[in-house]
Amino acid sequence: MSVESPRGAPKEPPNGVNVGRRVFLGLAALGALGVAFGNSVQNFLGDAIGSGLGGLLPGGDRFRIYTITGTLPKISRDKYRLQVSGLVDHPTTFTLADLQSMPKTSFTKAFQCVTGWRVPDVHWEGVKLSDLLDRVGVKSGAVAVSFDSYDNADTESLTLEQAHLPDVIVAYSMLGAPVTTEHGGPVRLYVAPMFGYKSLKWLSGIRLVDAIEPGFWEQNGYPVNGWLDGTTGPNNPDPGLT
Amino acid sequence: MSITQSPATSLRVLRFDRVQRGAHWANALLFFSLMFTAIPLYFGSLFGIVLPRHLIEMIHLWSGLALPLPIIVSLIGPWGKAMRRDVRRINYWTGEEIRWMRTLGRSRLEVDKFNPGQKLNAIFVGASILVMLVTGAMLQWFRFFSVPWRSGATFVHDLFAYAIFFVVVGHIVMALTHRDTLRSIFNGWVSRSWAERHAARWLGEEQPDHTEL
Repeated sequence: MSVESPRGAPKEPPNGVNVGRRVFLGLAALGALGVAFGNSVQNFLGDAIGSGLGGLLPGGDRFRIYTITGTLPKISRDKYRLQVSGLVDHPTTFTLADLQSMPKTSFTKAFQCVTGWRVPDVHWEGVKLSDLLDRVGVKSGAVAVSFDSYDNADTESLTLEQAHLPDVIVAYSMLGAPVTTEHGGPVRLYVAPMFGYKSLKWLSGIRLVDAIEPGFWEQNGYPVNGWLDGTTGPNNPDPGLT
Repeated sequence: MSITQSPATSLRVLRFDRVQRGAHWANALLFFSLMFTAIPLYFGSLFGIVLPRHLIEMIHLWSGLALPLPIIVSLIGPWGKAMRRDVRRINYWTGEEIRWMRTLGRSRLEVDKFNPGQKLNAIFVGASILVMLVTGAMLQWFRFFSVPWRSGATFVHDLFAYAIFFVVVGHIVMALTHRDTLRSIFNGWVSRSWAERHAARWLGEEQPDHTEL
């Protein structure tokens, strides 16, 4: 037998305080403040206590490992080869030792992902892409550089001009150690002035070409010029990134 | 909803109706799915062990988008009466309850259907659903937001995720150590003696209905 009580709803206690609504709105406001100022707070904390400790804070200073294929290509350091081809005078295959014997460039710069997370003060070490290009000799018809990955999925591109920026490197060391597999080791690209998706992992090939070939992420809607400051240009008609 | 003819001698009381139990378990399933998929997304080195990453991302995204549904669906409509009533209980606190929370359970309290700790848990879960949904959507459709806002959304999403893990683990520990209370989220009922011990004020109010001999 089923009966609905006529006095179903309890009366609000006469001295009742809507604690539920207050705490709910308080937490929501906290979330909104965090969205608006979390970036500044994180940068401040990172500067104040150092990125080492900052990495222990939830949310702060940590890499998220993205892959396109869902697997990590494992390439041994001995077997690693980097093929430089296309519009070059001397197509060359580099071993890891070859790269390490070239003039070394190192600096400490942040890794900024386009989705928002950022890891400050990452130590990078490798060969300037421009040094590598000088070594193989770029033919006059080349206007852009295309990059291939050992994951057989990711591709990237830079204009020849961008490729000659001093903070665009073929990196074999990161965070003070050889680049790990999850970070794209043994050798990855690092394009400091652009969002992380431009820094292709598991670098397998560099091709000099006569036109920009939009890479994997660009074909999926990301700007070809992934400048961190959102600068738009002829190759970057997408004003969505600001 | 069954009710006894003689409430004074009823042996058990309905604590959660079918709608509330359904909402709880649908919500729990989504939380479990989100927390389970969050681990490999957050600790990148773990992904690919169980499922491919894009599958994990898809599960996380769709579970997240579905997250508000159990509560919303159980609140609206003619079936949401008990749910709405409990939301009101959780919202309004007496001075006694506030004092109890402030003294961490050391002051006297005639307990409502939920004690203040349980109420706080519910409020936190409700608020974190909103916060996680909004920040999660910002991360998914990041193009519409400036880079500092994306970073802020990541920060908040991660921070709340940490808090949620602690709260959910606490919730499960409390449930497992209070088996008679736990039973009511499975079959709906608590014994009269349970209600006398744990929810005397509620028993006083609820006595005429939702009780069974």
